[in-house]
Amino acid sequence: MEIVFQQTPGLTETPMRYCPGCGHGVVHRLVAEAYTELGMKEKTIGVAPVGCSVFADEYFNVDMIQGPHGRGPAIATGIKRCKPESLVFSYQGDGDLASIGMAETIHSAARSENITIIFINNAIYGMTGGQMAPTTLIGMKSTTSPHGRTVEANGYPIKMCELLAALDGPVYLERVSVDKPAAVVKAKRAIKRAFQYQIEKRGFTLVEILSQCPTDWGMMPLAALERVRKEMMPFFPLGIYKEPADSKAAVAEKE
Amino acid sequence: MGEKLFMKGNEALAEGAIRAGCRFFAGYPITPQNEVPEYMSWRLPEAGGTFIQAESEVSAINMLYGASATGTRTMTSSSSPGISLKQEGISYCASAELPIFFANVVRGGPGLGNIAPSQGDYFQSTRGGGHGDYRVIVMAPKSVAEMANFPRLCYEMAFKYRIPAMILADGILGQMMEPLEFDFEPIDPATFELPKWALRGSGGAERRRVNSYDLRPSYMEKWNFRLEAKYQEIAANEIRYEATQIEDADIVLAAYGTSARICESALMLGRREGLKIGLVRPITVWPFPTQIFKDLSKRVKKFLVVEMSLGQFVEDVQLSINGKAEIYLHKRPAGAIPTGEEVLEITKKILSGDQTKLHSKP
Ligand SMILES: Cc1ncc(C[n+]2csc(CCOP(=O)(O)OP(=O)(O)O)c2C)c(N)n1
Ligand code: SF4
Repeated sequence: MEIVFQQTPGLTETPMRYCPGCGHGVVHRLVAEAYTELGMKEKTIGVAPVGCSVFADEYFNVDMIQGPHGRGPAIATGIKRCKPESLVFSYQGDGDLASIGMAETIHSAARSENITIIFINNAIYGMTGGQMAPTTLIGMKSTTSPHGRTVEANGYPIKMCELLAALDGPVYLERVSVDKPAAVVKAKRAIKRAFQYQIEKRGFTLVEILSQCPTDWGMMPLAALERVRKEMMPFFPLGIYKEPADSKAAVAEKE
Repeated sequence: MGEKLFMKGNEALAEGAIRAGCRFFAGYPITPQNEVPEYMSWRLPEAGGTFIQAESEVSAINMLYGASATGTRTMTSSSSPGISLKQEGISYCASAELPIFFANVVRGGPGLGNIAPSQGDYFQSTRGGGHGDYRVIVMAPKSVAEMANFPRLCYEMAFKYRIPAMILADGILGQMMEPLEFDFEPIDPATFELPKWALRGSGGAERRRVNSYDLRPSYMEKWNFRLEAKYQEIAANEIRYEATQIEDADIVLAAYGTSARICESALMLGRREGLKIGLVRPITVWPFPTQIFKDLSKRVKKFLVVEMSLGQFVEDVQLSINGKAEIYLHKRPAGAIPTGEEVLEITKKILSGDQTKLHSKP
């Protein structure tokens, strides 16, 4: 019989502790499939953040390091500079990447470090119980914006792909989602492209994944997916924000 | 080895680290240690290493966290406020057992303080420094030659015990120029076997994990006890100190680093006048040379502690002597520097019995 789907050897068999309906688990699979299919599993070193995905070092079946909140890009920089032949990724949430670790994000991008960042934007601080994130939408409730985020009190959410696209350093920036099967396929393609560019030593790549956090959004999983589509996508438009000119042409030709 | 050089302390420190196999440096400018990153920026690439001027001290220490996890000999340096910023990362390195090497060229504090030499970071250095229960190995040089030669000792201990090791210097040691000789041949890290734990990609074998957490309290407790056992082993094996003319001493000076250097001249001046002055100078301030003080206190009844801070180092001397002798303290915090004459004068007062215990202002 033909095998159409199987568990990727890129993940360990440790059961994941993510909540039902959470986006993290899906993205873990995509990242693992991507480095495995590119033949890089044995040369990959991953960085786990502080956040719900702190346990990523248990799940990714590759050499892993877990570090301080927000510092993934600096850690990945240190690893990559010492082991340039390895594939290095940093997996981060929005509090981790766009709040406490903003400096590390911007400067690793500006230096065009040859690393890949997998950025889970779920508009909330998951692990600490649903506080406001730098990506929490205007009007969205959180435990530290109980009446909904307001511009007056909290300012605006940060659009990371747009912000980073203003820098010369990044080579590839794309925002995707995992709200339906077609989107998942697209997300995987984006992650694979980012890894491919890293293998080609082109420089800084980041894939932002709009993700759902049913638990801290206080929603059923399906309603959470609906929120990703109806509320997040209009504010955080999906698409490619930066890509190498030559591969843009090559991709267009293929498709 | 053998070659006589004349160097500034900070540059000697950088050169010493490179000769000891450092191949990755990340740092952020701050006076009085700027010559370290400046020197590293041209010299390290020459030696086949990587220099990065990080966007902050926080980023620099985390670059080290990653780089040292690959088994590379790494270094960062900073001065007081910058070292404060690095503490979270140092705590992670201590827990994850990464052998980083760093230097604090201490300046006056607290706050922005000033850029003058100080020993105000003694507690921070010897008590762990960041959050959680841990220690780092702390070596306190007193000369440019030791600035040059201690990095090798730090790397050897750091890799042997998988623990951060640091040099606790100050603005004087960083800025002054002195002749020096290296007491070791340059080390080529390419000849080292990569440690088992070093990340490199699984290569098809068992994967490796570097982390600092276990959410199960009983497991994290075991982790802490495992670290503690290592600290005890280090305390049993790695204590270094220098004892000068203690055999017949009526009073023993106790000081480290620059203060010890100043005490040496007080001792010399005093001995010339026939005063029986001795000196104990810890070279490792963690682990602290407790035993020599304990032993001495059986015979010597007066100790004068000299430190460029408000009474931090004196606590370790007190803990060691444990009430068995009188301890006097001469303190010059926040960038003030005592002189040999000043120390000698206080020593004389103590010997003649008119100095208040544990208190002396210049
Ligand atoms: C220095 C530091 N500050 C704060 C925390 C507490 N903390 C843990 S996870 C987290 C937020 C994580 O949110 P995010 O990055 O959005 O990831 P998510 O959990 O949503 O996946 C915070 C603030 C910490 N561990 N360390
Ligand atoms: S709290 Fe949210 S982000 Fe964290 S595991 Fe649960 S659903 Fe996922």
